Amino acid sequence: MSRKLLIDDVEIEVEDGLTLLQACELAGREVPRFCYHERLSIAGNCRMCLVQVDGMPKPVASCAMGVNDLRPTRDGTPNRVDTRTPLVKKAREGVMEFLLINHPLDCPICDQGGECDLQDQAMAYGGGGSRYDENKRAVDEKHLGPLIKTHMTRCIQCTRCVRFMTEIAGVEELGAAGRGEDMEITTYLEEGMLSELSANVVDLCPVGALTHRPWAHNARPWELRKTESIDAMDAVGSAIRVDTRGREVMRILPRTNEDVNEEWISDKTRHVADGLRTQRLDQPYVRINGKLQPASWDQALDAVADRLTATPANNIGAITGDLAGCEEVFALKDLMNRLDVVNLDCRADGEAINADHGRAGYLFNSSIAGLDEADAILLIGANPRTEAAVMNARILLSWRNSDLRIGVVGPAEDLGYDYDHIGASAADLARLADGSHPFAEVLKSAKRPMVIVGSAATARDDGASVYATAARIADAAMAGKDATWNAFNILHTAAGRVGAMDLGFLPSTNADQSASELDTVFLLGCDAPSISNLQAKFVVYLGTHGDIGAHKADVILPGATYTEKSVTYVNMEGRAQLTAKAAFAPGDAREDWKVIRALSDRVDKTLPYDDLEALRAAMYVAAPHLAQIGHLTPADAKATASLAKSDNGQLSDAPFEPAIDDFYLSNPIARASAVMAELSALRQTATKRTEAAE
Amino acid sequence: MAVRRLHSEQPATFEFTPDNLAWANETIAKFPEGKQASAVISLLWRAQEQHAGWLPEPAIRYVGDMLGMPYIRVYEIATFYTMFQLAPVGVVAHFQICGTTPCMLRGSEDLIAVCKSRISHEPHQLSADGKFSWEEVECLGVCANAPMVQVWKDTYEDLTPALFEQVINQFAADTPPTPGSQIGRKASSPEGGLTSLTDPALYSGGNKN
Repeated sequence: MSRKLLIDDVEIEVEDGLTLLQACELAGREVPRFCYHERLSIAGNCRMCLVQVDGMPKPVASCAMGVNDLRPTRDGTPNRVDTRTPLVKKAREGVMEFLLINHPLDCPICDQGGECDLQDQAMAYGGGGSRYDENKRAVDEKHLGPLIKTHMTRCIQCTRCVRFMTEIAGVEELGAAGRGEDMEITTYLEEGMLSELSANVVDLCPVGALTHRPWAHNARPWELRKTESIDAMDAVGSAIRVDTRGREVMRILPRTNEDVNEEWISDKTRHVADGLRTQRLDQPYVRINGKLQPASWDQALDAVADRLTATPANNIGAITGDLAGCEEVFALKDLMNRLDVVNLDCRADGEAINADHGRAGYLFNSSIAGLDEADAILLIGANPRTEAAVMNARILLSWRNSDLRIGVVGPAEDLGYDYDHIGASAADLARLADGSHPFAEVLKSAKRPMVIVGSAATARDDGASVYATAARIADAAMAGKDATWNAFNILHTAAGRVGAMDLGFLPSTNADQSASELDTVFLLGCDAPSISNLQAKFVVYLGTHGDIGAHKADVILPGATYTEKSVTYVNMEGRAQLTAKAAFAPGDAREDWKVIRALSDRVDKTLPYDDLEALRAAMYVAAPHLAQIGHLTPADAKATASLAKSDNGQLSDAPFEPAIDDFYLSNPIARASAVMAELSALRQTATKRTEAAE
Repeated sequence: MAVRRLHSEQPATFEFTPDNLAWANETIAKFPEGKQASAVISLLWRAQEQHAGWLPEPAIRYVGDMLGMPYIRVYEIATFYTMFQLAPVGVVAHFQICGTTPCMLRGSEDLIAVCKSRISHEPHQLSADGKFSWEEVECLGVCANAPMVQVWKDTYEDLTPALFEQVINQFAADTPPTPGSQIGRKASSPEGGLTSLTDPALYSGGNKN
């Protein structure tokens, strides 16, 4: 059903269920607002969105008035709504005057200055001055954790932050204490917020009450160069904007991508920025007499080239890390192929996930947007809250808005929503696979079921069986349903993993050396904990931070982080996305593919591309879907069935371990960040306190 | 109205007495499954009654745990409603002086002046002996007998500064006055007795003419 409205003399037909504010926007009218946000529930408490509706005695808050609530006119003509009458102008000026009664005039020292809704709207809709002579009320600052700096006197009590934490982040920690003029936004006893998404409240805050503590007073928005890019902290591939001043990344903000992150990003994505500056490898190093010594590029590359030419190819191996982009993975694979090296792998943690059955065997096939439609989800050894925080918000929203049933096999963690805890170990999967557990019936009767396997759940001794059993459960759940829906999903944690698998950076079938027996290993930004047990005699590390891989290395080649190079990341759905170069790598560090290209010269296997365009052209020939930037190409769902038959080994009754021990310290950039370290410490204290209380 | 904060000194724990616990479980059971949080105000109120007329911080957590509510949600309620006292009140009497228009016109400001001189200069502060405290509240619905004060669950009406002093004295002497009008009238019948319809025969049931 739809109905007609006459908005500022323009007739428009809108769907039922819309609010007047949305209708006005469809008609191309701008309606000022503070408390209203399209992704949050409607509060209707700022009164800024007043419009005039014919037949109503007073101006109406358009955000809280549905088009269906309008009384039909006597003669059946469309209801008349005006957004530009003198009455509306006066009403908005009045509301603005009220909002500014207690709002301090400290814009020159406010971090929100220049990107402040209140500032902008006061300019556009406010009167010229105030008639208010009395003192302004002052509000105590609140402690909301290390990420959020508060200036509560500036708060206009829109409650967007409270609604976000409750509805999207799923953590009921923020609230509005007191009432009326004395209402204050606070956490219980001012404890820091424990959410992976908490910093989003700063974006939502329409004034400068909540600002980013780590960036406080560092830069003004108009001094920053803005670069649109893609996040690499997890495999979601959130759209971000990297703001730089000179060579330095000052801050990272979310961009809207409805299919992926909507408009949220995790705290790690946002506040890892200081980790891009510290612990950086800014020049090559070569280990001489057991000690890493600074070296020139010539010395370092020659040392690697000598070793690579002197070692038999089957004693050489190469492993890519979590943050490696497609371009460098492709270049490295190309080089290794030319050297006849077959021991390649991108699964440093030993996951059983493979590409033998096609792309669908390692993708998040139902897609992230598909979570909105899912009506039953089974999580196997996956904790979306730590492994893909933004995605967890989407599950939470879907759970809140529908009859979504969720089952968990793995640790019983707080995910923000209720779920059926089926069991802690892989052995419990058997009961789902043979249909004896009631949740199997839930999956079977669901129209759009999803089986989500954490990539780490396949990195166990029985990983191959977990992988195949999950496929069997998914295959059974899909039987006789919509063929375009693929229920089998892998929840990856590494941004670079799917891209590397797409490019086939995997052991070839005749590879017979296991990693521990390799003589020479090339690590492309690989800092997996297993690397510290590497037995190889000679380790080359091409990466960005002095972390696990660099400590192990005999030659360190400094590379560029995801903000310092343009590379392709394929997110867990299989969506290829391009990062942009927002800043230059520090010191002598170079973009990774250029290092590999230079190395290829030294070993007389020169790679046939001199610039990024040529490299990409070659890469797109090898993997054409990588050229489909931003698009999702569904993978052939037949993979699930063949995967289901691939292994029928024993499932062990060892419980699933959390894939990420510490959300804030899951990759080398995060481990170098002081902000992440502080958050991690806060989380550990809180966990200890909870455990002590229980 | 001022910013309401939890008191700086709090007891370590709070627990309902067995009687109150039984009552609380009964109250919670009145609400449908999944709507237990609706009992929050009743429970907080009972906790306040049990705890010398004010609500300590552990009680907020206790009630939150009991109803499966996040603490912040209970805290929001406790700070929103001014009937929840967040700091200690007088152990003998906490005077709630109605300051809304009818009482104000009939002299509640004089009663507040009495509070200021007899109890403490500021509202919500204990008297020197800890027995009394006072605050100004909004209308308590006894406008016909204005001005009035409320102590715990009783109201004392038709007050003058002198009568109010007397009420305070009686509380201090541990002989609480009789609730209701302090000038002897019944409910809101006319001051000084009835002025019309005074013939007792009217009420005998015999006069049918």
